[in-house]
Parts: sequence; structure tokens; C-alpha cells
Amino acid sequence: MADKLDQQSRNEAAASPTFHLMEDEHGHGHGSPTMLGFWIYLMSDALIFAGLFATFGVLSTSYAGGPTPREIFELPLVALNTAILLVSSITFGFAMLAMEGGKVRTVQLWMLVTGLLGAAFVGVELYEFANLIAEGATPQRSGFLSAFFTLVSTHGLHVTLGIVWILVMLVQLQQRGLHVENKRRLMCLSMFWHFLDVIWIGVFTFVYLLGTIR
Amino acid sequence: MTIEHIAKIIFGRLTLESFPIHEPILLGTFAVVALGGLGVVGAITKFKLWGWLWREWFTTVDHKKIGIMYIILGTIMLLRGFADALMMRAQQAIAFGNEGYLPAHHFDQVFTAHGTIMIFFVAIPLVSGIINFVMPLQIGARDVAFPYLNSLSFWLTAAGAALVMASLFIGEFSTAGWLNYVPVSNLQNSPGVGPDYYLWALQIAGVGTSLSAINMVTTIIKMRAPGMTMMKMPVFCWTALCSQVLAVAIFPILTAAFAMLMLDRYLGFNFFTNDLGGNPMMYWNLVWIWGHPEVYVLILPVFGIYSEVTSTFTGKRLFGYSSMVYATVVITILSYLVWLHHFFTMGSGASVNSFFGIATMVISIPTGAKIFNWLFTMYRGSIRFDLPMMWVVAFMLTFVVGGMTGVLLAVPPADFVLHNSLFLVAHFHNVIIGGVVFGLFAGIEYWFPKAFGFKLNEFWGKVHFWGWVIGYWVAWTPIYIVGLMGTTRRMRYLEDPTLQPYFVIAAIGAVIILIGIIGFLIGFVVSIRDREKLKVGNDPWDGRTLEWSTTSPPPAYNFAFTPVVHDLDAWYDMKCRGYERPSGGFKPIHMPRNTGAGVILSGLAAVLGFAMIWYMWWLAALAFLGLLVVAIGHTFNYDRDYYIPAEEVERIEAGHRPPPPPEPRPDHGPALEPAGAK
Amino acid sequence: MSNVAPHASAYMGRMLQPLTKAATRMRAGLLCSLPLILSACDRAVLNPAGQVARQQRDIIAISTGLMLLIIVPVMILTVIFAWRYRKGKGGTYDPNFDHSTALELVIWSAPLLIIIILGALTWSSTHLLDPFRPLDRPAVAQDADAPRENMLRVQVVSMDWKWLFIYPDQGIATVNELVLPVGRQVRFDITSTNMMSTFYAPTMAGMIYAMPGMQSTLHAVLDKPVTAEGLSGMYTGAGFADQRFKLYGVPTARFDQWVAEAKGSGRALDLPTYMALVKPSEKVPVMHFAAVQPDLFRRVMERCVEPGKPCMSDVMRHDMGRGGGNPHDVRPGAGMTPGRGSAPLHGDKPEGAIFKSPEEKGSGEHFTKPTHPNQARGVTKPGDATNRNMTELSPWRSPLDAAAARA
Repeated sequence: MADKLDQQSRNEAAASPTFHLMEDEHGHGHGSPTMLGFWIYLMSDALIFAGLFATFGVLSTSYAGGPTPREIFELPLVALNTAILLVSSITFGFAMLAMEGGKVRTVQLWMLVTGLLGAAFVGVELYEFANLIAEGATPQRSGFLSAFFTLVSTHGLHVTLGIVWILVMLVQLQQRGLHVENKRRLMCLSMFWHFLDVIWIGVFTFVYLLGTIR
Repeated sequence: MTIEHIAKIIFGRLTLESFPIHEPILLGTFAVVALGGLGVVGAITKFKLWGWLWREWFTTVDHKKIGIMYIILGTIMLLRGFADALMMRAQQAIAFGNEGYLPAHHFDQVFTAHGTIMIFFVAIPLVSGIINFVMPLQIGARDVAFPYLNSLSFWLTAAGAALVMASLFIGEFSTAGWLNYVPVSNLQNSPGVGPDYYLWALQIAGVGTSLSAINMVTTIIKMRAPGMTMMKMPVFCWTALCSQVLAVAIFPILTAAFAMLMLDRYLGFNFFTNDLGGNPMMYWNLVWIWGHPEVYVLILPVFGIYSEVTSTFTGKRLFGYSSMVYATVVITILSYLVWLHHFFTMGSGASVNSFFGIATMVISIPTGAKIFNWLFTMYRGSIRFDLPMMWVVAFMLTFVVGGMTGVLLAVPPADFVLHNSLFLVAHFHNVIIGGVVFGLFAGIEYWFPKAFGFKLNEFWGKVHFWGWVIGYWVAWTPIYIVGLMGTTRRMRYLEDPTLQPYFVIAAIGAVIILIGIIGFLIGFVVSIRDREKLKVGNDPWDGRTLEWSTTSPPPAYNFAFTPVVHDLDAWYDMKCRGYERPSGGFKPIHMPRNTGAGVILSGLAAVLGFAMIWYMWWLAALAFLGLLVVAIGHTFNYDRDYYIPAEEVERIEAGHRPPPPPEPRPDHGPALEPAGAK
Repeated sequence: MSNVAPHASAYMGRMLQPLTKAATRMRAGLLCSLPLILSACDRAVLNPAGQVARQQRDIIAISTGLMLLIIVPVMILTVIFAWRYRKGKGGTYDPNFDHSTALELVIWSAPLLIIIILGALTWSSTHLLDPFRPLDRPAVAQDADAPRENMLRVQVVSMDWKWLFIYPDQGIATVNELVLPVGRQVRFDITSTNMMSTFYAPTMAGMIYAMPGMQSTLHAVLDKPVTAEGLSGMYTGAGFADQRFKLYGVPTARFDQWVAEAKGSGRALDLPTYMALVKPSEKVPVMHFAAVQPDLFRRVMERCVEPGKPCMSDVMRHDMGRGGGNPHDVRPGAGMTPGRGSAPLHGDKPEGAIFKSPEEKGSGEHFTKPTHPNQARGVTKPGDATNRNMTELSPWRSPLDAAAARA
């Protein structure tokens, strides 16, 4: 076997294989590692949410004599919020289309709309929280409320971070236009924003809907 | 508003009482650390090294330098963790019928700090360091996928380590065990700063580890040299990939669990409280969903190191490469399904316990296959017993015992008597020391010449080796035995005087390990002193993978030309087919630029953590704001890369022409032994 | 889940029997081969007095034996290969030997076989020795006719840092002393007041967690008279090393006599006494109580010993009445009530750090010995929350004595 391999390698050597690239620009300068890396980051973020969802699942009936989901959830408000976030995903989609077309102004416009919708979402959520706390349904009241506030506000914090990112991107687009770097960042931000949408659908279904029919 | 009121607002709960100035042990330690630190700082200032340190090391994004810094960090923290180990061994050897020399509050911090430091700040940095240094070289890349992120990851880990060290002299550390168990770490049971130090240090370091893992996975998937298909990738890269995929998948869970405990402690939430609907058992589940796979995050890359070393020093292709790969992947998946075996005794019911017990045992099948693969790599080899290979043999003889006791603990009825006993403690030290630590030392011995261009001194390497191997067996065999007698871990003192001889022997073992550690350190010093004598060529071990194809130490860009891979043992293949390093035709090389953002962000993170620990809300807010500003500011820097001009590359390559081989060494054959010579 | 049908378990027991016998023989050879190790064989885990602990010991021996079948050859081969194939010493050198289908089959199937056997053993023994499951057969012959209902009930409460044992049928309670009649099956109901610990008497049976707000159960029987120690297998905080109890296995007559002595001790475990006892304390001497507050164990478990604190089951009933609390009830609108009324907040949980006013921020805790030992927290304020750190090694003063001194 050894002889055969040796023979084989001599044959290949005769064909003089290359052992290095003369022309190369390996690994840098194109966006693919960034997109993959960012996607892996999103998956790890999804696992943070998985941990929070699991915790909520365990504590979702630990009312400790405190308020229950049906007593505190206002579904119309939450439905409105869901709609706002879903629409913001669509508007972000428009921004990405404009980016493909190379139209900086249009991108900025749609980004601005997305950011405002995001801000509206966070505003409604804060309004909901303020109401709950005013009624005494504070996160300190029961395990259920702790898990609820943590899960929902972790999502809310992500949206807030997304809004900050949108603002930064707006400035950077203004400064450098659709620079290759900016395009890559926009793609990442787009993935991030849609990811938050997906998470919210989970929150809406498992926390609010299941909570009220329980 | 009194002065005291204002002081409380400024300093939070930090008062003069928080400094343990009445405690001789700590005062002594502080004096030593402070004097040593002053000495180092003075020397750096005297030789005007600050600028060099900042430019070449602190702000570097070079994966090799970051890898080396990880290893330095891990080594320093090893000394701290081992000092804790010596204190525990001394306490338990003395404390029979008396209370020894450590009060409960001190002893409990010592064992908590020991476990936390050894896993989070010794094992993880050392493993990360070796992956960082070796993996990009092995896949023929010029750097990792995200060099700046790599620097940030390292400095976040260092910031976490700094917080843990700060707890030694300012306040206290957690007393709740290495996983900061609730209910001990709940606010009502531990009102002090200990658990907060733990949580913030590990949260900051944990973010670093997650980011590093994302980086490494992306690098391995995206940046392999042309021709290197997944099944032609060196085993070390495979194990690194699996290990880092695992890390990406588990660290978020730990982050979430710690965040919830923080909310409990800072905002009075009810996640893990005893009352108001909290559930302490949930914390145990969450931390062990992290905790068990973490063992594999550490040991898989080390299995890779053993594979590389065995293959190189037997002068053979690795036996059963593909079964090695499959075994690694199977272990990766299975490691998720076993966390409950850490608390069989919580009463989950027989069927649940059996499932997790059997799942645990199943892991031993691929692990066993790996052991056999190394065994049959040695079979029909021509084994050179240099130090790395000695570590492999020591590992194989030690680790199998740990594997056996591990399977034993996976049998629930056996675990009912051995749970949390010293038998368990001996078991995981058996696999961590006999597996992870031995492997890391093998890796350090093996790749040191690649990193610095000279070998480590052999005599002190042997002192290091025998100290650890003999010390391990002397220290842990008696602990296995007392564990079988039903002695529990974390006992500050014991009543039964007949147990004392075992603990005395264990303490002697710890001292023998200390000799090993001292040998390790002296080895570095002596080798650096004798570096000219110990100088070696680019390929001192007759290596088989790509890292040996470049110079020692490798240039900043690793490879002047990206290598093309045709075979699993790519460099061996090149050598067999008479490959010659190109000497002309160089092109400018595109490289990432250094940045201080990683150091600054990590420094701010450490300040944020410290302020939160001591309830200095204003400082925390400032630090958080600073983090945001610096992070956003960094994104406005578009000038992140540069080109090394072709002439510079040519100059570097010419300076590194392989020197004529030094005098042939008797124990080491010519660099190239043609295949099938016998 | 834990209740296997009796005949099935009896079957498993029979299945295990030959293995058990073999194991007992193997144990001597396997585990006791060196002088220092030999002394270990007389110890609790390896030479237990309880039926359950003995079976657990046998399982350790069988599993070890099974695994040695593969471990020993591997270790021998490692040494042989390392010696035989060292460089330049004549072993065949074949640098391209990297695959052999036959060898790979052996490599994967040998451990697989062992694990299949071990897995079967695990499945059956885990069900058989499930602590929640009453033991099948009385351990000793003279009690063969004893009905299962004759089980002795003991309620175990893990406190910071002592053990409270309540004998509900005898109406007595003890601290840090567990006396059991030999040959009679005991059912332990276990809970904890604050920390998570494990109830573990190595000579009797394996351990099980004691958890606040939860009840675990352990069945065990002692086969022979014994004087031994019990402890917590899980770290429970500063006083952990002292959270131990004495275990005495005594003949039935002696047990009855002991119960009578306890009855004569004159002290009662009423609510005030319990509230004094529950405060954190260490090195607690043995105590006997002639009478016990009725229903005490349930109230400890449901975390409602303090007057005015609602019991967990009441809270849950309250929650379920308002359409929650029952995870199995997913009917839309089940039990829905209008309004947002909820029970008042209870519990003695401290508020979060962020809500503390500057004055409430205590200074940092550290482990300095106090300058004046007599003014240490453990002495001046026993049971104080900050005393959990056990900052100094102060002698223990019974909270009961302190209460008596105040009265």
C-alpha cells in the first residue's frame, strides 16, 4: 500500500501540482465571512431568547397569588404593536430593495420610516409596562411577571439597539453613501431587524395568545 | 445631607472596611502582588517598553499575538487558581477535630474562586489561545475572519479576570460554589459583593468567549486554503470547529441564566427565589445545560492536540481520520443531552434519570473510539518520545481511569451515593488534569518552537512533566478513596481522624504538582535565556500540517502565498513531493490594521462591572455611556486595513530563508524521511 | 413515573440477584487490593448497613468490573505499543497504516457492547432503586410478614445549618439525631427551609435533595444496628461543615424506649420555638422535643409557618380560581374572573439593590476577623441575615436558650 501511494504521489509530482496561489486575495475584502459570522451571532442571540422562553415556560403559571395573564394583557394593544413591527420589517425590505438599486436617498427614507415604526413599537411597549406597574403588576410581584417582563423587555432592548443602529447607519450613509462596507452593514442590520420580527411573533404567540387562553 | 450620605452616593457600598487589612494571608498576598506588579511596571518604564507594548501587543489584531496573550493570561491565572488549591489542601490536611486555619467565609471563597478561575480563566483562555495561534496557520489563512473582534474577545476575557483578581483585595468573592448556586447566591443569603463579582466577571468574560467562538467557527468554515475540503482539514481544526460550535450554542444560555440572577439581585425579580413563584431548580438546569457541554468545549480541541502530536511523533498518518471526525461530531451532539446527570438526586424520576444516564454512557463510545485511534496510530509507528509525546502517553494512561469513573457516576443508583462526593471531585480532576491540562501542556511544548523559533528547555520540561504526572496520581488517588468512603466535597473540616492520612497524602501530591508548575515557569525563563542555543528551524518536529510550512516565528501575514492543499497531511505531502518555498514574485499583502478599541471597550466594561458590584450607580451610567460612544465611534473608522508592500514581504521572506540545519541531533532524524523507507 | 408495577420490579430484582452475588465477590478483589484502600472497605459506602446502600454499592462494583474489561487492555496496549514502537528499536514501521475496517469495527463495537450491558443494568437498577419507590421486600427474615403499611414515617427538614427530624406517628421531634429501628422500612419525607441540601446517610441509602418549597421522598431500611453519621452532600453556605446528624440503628425495643425518653424531655416544638430554631446557626447540639406543632412539616414545606403567610397550596388554589395555576387546564376562558384583584404580596424577600437608598447600602462584607470578637454579629445578633457569612468562629448559643433568657 505504501508503495502504491508513493507511486501515486510521484505521478502527481510529475504533473507538478501547485502548492500555492500566485494570485490571491484570500478571505478579505468580500462580505461573505461577515454575513456568516453575523448569522451565527443571530443564532446565539436566538439561544438567549430560547433560554428566556424556556424560563417563561417554567414560570408562566407561578402567579404567587398575583395577577394572571388574562387580567393584565391587553390584546388589542399588543396586536397593534405586532402590526407595527411587521410593517417595519416590510419597510426595511423596501430599504434593501432601494440599496440594490443604488438609491441612497430612498434607502435613507425607508430606514427612517423603519426607525420611526420601531420607536413607536418601543413606545407602545413602554406604555404597556407603565400601565402594568401602575396597577401593581410589577416584575417583583411574581415569578410569572419577572419572566414576562424580562422576556418582553429583552426583545424591546434589542429593538432599541436596532433603532440606534439605524440612526448610526443614517449618518454613515449620509457620509459615505453606499460604500461596500455600508452595504454589508445594511445587510447585517436587515437580518437583525427581521430576526427581531421572528422573535416577536414567538413572544406574541407564546406569551400573549397562549397566556390569555390558558 | 451628611458627608456619609454623599460618600455612599459616590462610593456605593465601598468603605474602608471593604479592604481586608486585618487579614494577614491577604495582606501578604497583596504585598507580593503589589511588589511584583511595581517591579514589572518599573521595568517596563525603565526600558521604555510602554509604547512597544501598546503598539505591538495591546492593540494587535494578529491572531498569533492574541493567542500568545491568551496563554500568558491563562498561565498567570493558573498560579492564582493553584494557590487556592494549595490553601484548600492545607486546610483539609490540618482540619481534623479542629477548624484548621481558614474560617468558613474564607474557605468557601477559596473553593469557589478555585473552580471559577480554573475553568473560566485558565482552561478557556489556554484552549482559546492555542486555537487562536494554531488554527489559522493550519488552514492556511492569514488571520481569523474578524481580527478586531478577536482582540475585543481577548480583552473582555482579561477584563473578567481582572475583576476576579480585584475581589481578592477589594471586598470578597462569591461563596456559592463555582457555578454560583442559588439559593446560596440569592440576595437574602449572600447580601455581600461576592456573587456580584462572580456574575459581572463571568458575564464580561462570557461575552468575550461567545464572540471568540463565533469568530473561530466563521474562520474555519470560510477561510480554509484552496483544496482543503472539510475531510482534508487537520483533526485539530475539526475539534476546534466542534468545540467552538458548542461554545456558540451554550454560552448564550449561561449569559441568560446569569442575567436572570442579576435581575434577582439588583431589581428583586423572582426567577430563582424560594418565594413568590421563583424556582431555584431552574438555575441548576440552565447552568448545567451550559456546564456539561463546556467540558467538551475544553476537551475536544485538546483531543485535537493529542491527534496532531501523536501523528507527528509516530511519523504516521493518523489512524482512522474519518472515524475520529465522526466521533468528534457525535460527542458534540450528545453533549447537549446529558446535563441532568449533574443532579440525578433531585428526584426527576427513574425514567428521566435512566435516559440521561444512558445518554451519558453513550458518549463514552466515541470517546473510546478516539482512544483506540491514538493507540493504533502508535501501532507500527516510529515513536519519538519528545515531551509532547510523553504527555500523550501520560494522558492515555490517566484519562481512561477518569473516563471509567465518569461512566460509573452516570449510573443513577451509583450516583445516589457518589453525588457531590470527593469521588466526583477526583473524577473531574482526573479528566480535566489528565485530559485537558496534559493536552494543553503537550500543545504548548509542541507549538512553542513555531511561535518563537526556539524549543523549550528539555530538562525543565521533564521536571514539569514528572511533577504534574506523579503529583496528579499522588494527589487524587487518596481523594478517590475518601470519596468512596462517603466524604463530601467542600468540607471545611472533618471529624474522623482516620481520614487524615489520605488528605495529608493529597496535600503532598499538590506540592509535587507545585514542583511541576515551578519547572514549567523556570523552563520558560531558562529557555528564553538560552534561546540562541535552543534555536531550531521552521519544522523542528518533522511536522505534517501547514503551520510547519511557514517560518518560525511566522511573519505577520503567515504565508507569503496562500497554500494549496492536496492531502490531509498537507505539509508532509509537500515535503514528500519536494516542494520549495517560493523566493520571488511577491505581491502586496492585504492585512488588518491594529486598533485600541478592544482594550478601551474592555476597560470600560470592567469599570461598568466594578461600579455595579459596588452600587456606584453614577459611575456605572458613565461607563455604559462610554461603552456606547466608543463602540459607535469605532464604526466610523473605515480605515481598518493596509497593504504590506511586496518589497517588505520580499525582505521578510529573505530574512527567514531556512538556516542551514543545526548539528544533527541524535534523537531526531533528518527532517524528511521518505514514505515507505522501511 | 417512579412507580413501577410491583411484579415488574420483583422480576428485575430477581434478574439483578445473580449479578449482585457476583458483585459481592468481585468487590473484595477489585476495590480492596491495597492496604490503604483496604481500610476504605470498612467504610459506610462500601460496607453499608442499609439494604439500599448495599445494592447501590453492588452496582458500583458491577459497573467498575464491566468497564475494567475494556480499560485494562487499553492501558496494557498503550504501554506495549509505546515500548514496542519507540523509534529505532525494531518495531515494524508503516507510516501509511491509517485504516483497517476490521479494527475500526472492533474499536466501535467493543465499547458499544459494554455500554449496552451497562445501559440495561442502568435502566433496571434506576427503576428498582428509585428513592420514591417503596422497597419490595423487608430486608431481614424475621420481618417477612410485616405489612408494608408498617412503614415508619420520618419527616426531615434541612435548616441552616442543622437537621430537624419529625416522627409524626410518635409525635416527637429531634434535632441532629436520627434514631431508626433496625429491620423496619422507613419513609422519609424531606424538605428544606432555605438552602438546597441533600439528605444523606451514607450507610443507609443514597442521597436525595432537600429543597425549599418541595418535598422529596426516600425509602430505606437498616439491616443491622449501626452508629453512623449523616450529612448534606450539597454545600449549603457558611455552616455547611457542621450540618451533620448522628444516625443510630437500634433494635425495635430500644427504639420504643428512646421514643419514650424523648417524650419525657418536656420541651415542645411549638411555633415560637420553631421560629427561633429556624434562624441560621451552626454546631447545634442534639435536641429532643416531646411534642410537635401539628401540621408543622406541611407548613414548612408550603412555606407558611409564620402566621399570616399564605400556604403555597392556598395560593395555587387562589390562582386556579382565577383561571391560572393549573398548567393542564388550557380551556379558553376557564375560570376567568373579572377584575384585577390579587392576593397581597407576601414573603420576606429583600428588595433589589437598585432600590436601596444610600444609607441602606451596607459596607462590603469581607472575611476579616472582627477587632472585638464579643461584638461580632454572630454573638450580638444571632440569626441576623448578615450573620450568614459566619464572619467569625463564635461558639454556638442555642436560640432556645437565648429565648429562655429573654423570657
